Amino acid sequence: MIPLLSLVTFLPGAAGLALLFVPRRSVGVLRVASLAVTVVTFVLSLPLYVGFDPEIIGYQFEENRRWMPTLGAAYHVGIDGISLLLVLLTTFLMPLALASAWGVIEDRFKEFVATMLILETGMLGVFVSLDLFLFYVFWEAMLIPMYFVIGVWGGPNRIYAAVKFVLYTMVGSVLMLIAILALYYQYGAATERYTFDVPVLAQYVMAPGLGQDLMFLAFALAFAIKVPLFPFHTWLPDAHVEAPTAGSVVLAGVLLKMGTYGFLRFCLPFFPDASLAFGPLVWALAVTGIIYGAWVSTVQPDMKKLVAYSSVSHLGFVMLGIFTLNQQGVTGGLIQMVNHGLSTGALFLMVGMIYERRHSRLIADFGGLWRVVPAFSALFLVVVLSSLGLPGLNGFVGEFLILVGAFQRSPWLAALATSGVIFAAVYLLWMYQRVIFGDITHEANRRLRDLTTREWAVLVPVVTLIVWIGVYPAAFIGKTETTIEALIAQVQAKASASR
Amino acid sequence: MDAIVFPAVVLGPLLPTLIVLAAGALVLALDLGPRFLPRELPAVTALGGMIGALLATLARWGTPGRAFRDMVVLDSYALFFNVIICYSGALIVLLSMDYLRRTGSDSAEYYALVLFATAGMMLLAAAGDLVVVFLALELMSLSLYVLAGLFKRELASGEAAMKYFLLGAFASSFLLYGIALIYGAAGTTNLDRIATAMAARPRDPLFVIGLGLMLVGFGFKISSVPFHMWVPDVYQGAPTSVTALIATGSKAGAFAALIRVLAVTLRGVPPDWTALLWAVAVVTMTVGNLVAIAQSNLKRMLAYSSIAHVGYMLVGLVAGGTGGTGAVLFYLLTYTFTTAGAFGVITLCERARVEAVEVGDYAGLARRHPVLAAALGIFLLSLIGIPPLAGFVGKFYVFGAAVRAGYVWLAVIGVLNSAVAAYYYLRVVVFMYMREPEGAATAYAPSFAGSLALTIALLAIVLLGVMPAPFVDLAQAAVAPLLR
Repeated sequence: MIPLLSLVTFLPGAAGLALLFVPRRSVGVLRVASLAVTVVTFVLSLPLYVGFDPEIIGYQFEENRRWMPTLGAAYHVGIDGISLLLVLLTTFLMPLALASAWGVIEDRFKEFVATMLILETGMLGVFVSLDLFLFYVFWEAMLIPMYFVIGVWGGPNRIYAAVKFVLYTMVGSVLMLIAILALYYQYGAATERYTFDVPVLAQYVMAPGLGQDLMFLAFALAFAIKVPLFPFHTWLPDAHVEAPTAGSVVLAGVLLKMGTYGFLRFCLPFFPDASLAFGPLVWALAVTGIIYGAWVSTVQPDMKKLVAYSSVSHLGFVMLGIFTLNQQGVTGGLIQMVNHGLSTGALFLMVGMIYERRHSRLIADFGGLWRVVPAFSALFLVVVLSSLGLPGLNGFVGEFLILVGAFQRSPWLAALATSGVIFAAVYLLWMYQRVIFGDITHEANRRLRDLTTREWAVLVPVVTLIVWIGVYPAAFIGKTETTIEALIAQVQAKASASR
Repeated sequence: MDAIVFPAVVLGPLLPTLIVLAAGALVLALDLGPRFLPRELPAVTALGGMIGALLATLARWGTPGRAFRDMVVLDSYALFFNVIICYSGALIVLLSMDYLRRTGSDSAEYYALVLFATAGMMLLAAAGDLVVVFLALELMSLSLYVLAGLFKRELASGEAAMKYFLLGAFASSFLLYGIALIYGAAGTTNLDRIATAMAARPRDPLFVIGLGLMLVGFGFKISSVPFHMWVPDVYQGAPTSVTALIATGSKAGAFAALIRVLAVTLRGVPPDWTALLWAVAVVTMTVGNLVAIAQSNLKRMLAYSSIAHVGYMLVGLVAGGTGGTGAVLFYLLTYTFTTAGAFGVITLCERARVEAVEVGDYAGLARRHPVLAAALGIFLLSLIGIPPLAGFVGKFYVFGAAVRAGYVWLAVIGVLNSAVAAYYYLRVVVFMYMREPEGAATAYAPSFAGSLALTIALLAIVLLGVMPAPFVDLAQAAVAPLLR
């Protein structure tokens, strides 16, 4: 039996460390080798999708090895329908992110690919860990490579952005560490069994009250900062604007999902009473984020910043969906996590492509690009439409399900959230119009190159997936239905049992 | 009048200490020998002494012994500390070899003094009697005072030695007075007999005041706030290799004695002291971290950060029990390797023929010396407590013990402190990786021994980070008999 999940998780990081021994000058080797590693990782993750049985409740591809028996921490990994999609999203986006850096990042390229590959292992580890100790190790460890990606290869204000990113996330996660310890000892005191095992702890029915509320808040703060849920989002625009394109893609595509994933995996099953009690607060913050993010996006002069703020809005939808705690809402939230990874990832890639050509991201510096770079403009349109939720493309599926779920909770909630869809159309289409349509306003834009082969190769897979999920979402939703049903049932059962 | 009975001389429990002392004497004797002896001989002898003591320690594992009417207790607790101290001593000898030659201070006395200081630390860990505690503490301290002033021509080094000596002597007198009062109250200086004598009247004012005065003395040696004033100047002024010894070995030795005194003598006493230790822990880590933020000198920054780490260790002491106290031992183990490594990198960096100690000197280090920068980066990440490095596990157990013992808010203050600490540690990383050097670049002063020391430290912190469980179990097993 091949430990497939471990292989997928650790292959990139191990290869990243190995690449450090390649001579610095062999840029070609580094490019091809790093790309090959991520592609192989993606290919290895495909059997996870194919072999995943959507009928089974619980975890699949599990591996459970002794690690620290006296502490109760084990090397326990496995995936369910939720983590399956996020693992695939990660392995799918990494080759694209790395390929987008070819020729763009020239300074210390070797260290760059190594850092990105180690980062991939960190992120995959977060999604597959079924042991809280192991999870925390990955959760904290992946901060450092991301810190380097922003701080070493980022824009002019990169150091500020990198330090802000680390400190913000760290404050949240150290409090989560205390909550993890408190949960561990509470469970140990109650059952005489000290363990960090997630499936075991998820069975534990904790008495509602202050203790559960504080633990929930500590976990939720760590995840809310990562998501980022309004008002913990202020690190995000800085980090996105300063990060190199590849970093932004990973940051938006995968890293933010670690926060929403944390809510699904830990907050809901561990602290069901608190999750229900604080639900309305999360709805309020999510809807505020949806509208606020959209409004702030509308007035951004910088395209990258616009996309960054649109993430706040989109992730607000995801949070709203998760905390509706009904089948449609949670499914929508999960699908929207994937959608956001694809469409925002693609937006960052394409903004990066423009930036490489013109060394500007200001909307005012562009106009009339349709005539100069028609292929780019066409793909950009698809991505923009996907991001604003046009029916037939992926974004619509997720947002629709979330709104259906929210409507069951409160029509007013759904109405407010829907306004976010409209605002998204405003800021995205307005940006598209100013950049792509109209007359060519700047001479420098007349000689822009259209997409290169490499850029086609990066964009086509994303656009294909965008259309595929839009037309046939069942391919992905089908894998998650049982998991989400079981999750919601568990939350309801535990919440009523503890009362 | 009773005849004076001399106890049987059993040297076994003293063996590790004796090996180190013998090596020290040998180093001094060799210095008088003919000139054709190789220059490295003192250093190699010192290293041999450390390794010998380590092997003797490992050989005695599991066979606790007592000697000289329980004045020396070589139990698994002392053995655990011996391992920390021997590693610390050996790393410092390795780091010193080329560092001293470069700075023109190579001498046999240096290694002899390092050995004597190490012997003092090991004796501290094995002290079962307050008189031995004092003797060992003085043996360690006096050697370190001289070592701190090794750079005779540098004003800062002289200042460091002077300050360390004056304040250290002051602290020693507090300790001694405390010992005298406890003797007055209990009628004995033996720790076990003090515990028996005081169990019935734990609130005897003489005893309480005496213990308080001893805590002042120990507070100075472990550098907890408010007895930390000497730390930044001494760490900055002393030769960096000596700073590493003061920061690791001497701290371990002082903690060893402090924990033993507290654990044994207060065995039957209600935990009145916890409230005091709680406050000291909070103030120590907060002051250490906040002041460290403002430092631009790397040695000074590490000095304040070491104060903060003492605060974390005190958290473990507050939590108490096998869990908490064992966590402190494990923390000291990880801290020793990490701190020795961080100071070790400094000994290998020079700028314009002068030691590179300003944070700015490290600008762009990653570009010219990627391995050295990566090493310092990993040591700093471990000090922050980033998994999977040793520093994380150390913090995990310390704060875990605090949560378990019900000191959740103390743990919260602790982890928030470590988030603050991330700022100043990462600042060094920012300089190394994200800035370009200004003016003369910092160069690597090649040293095989130094690189060997760094490699050992790196391997240790990765091993302790990934596979901590066996070592934590050993640490907890080591403290369990004390707490019975």
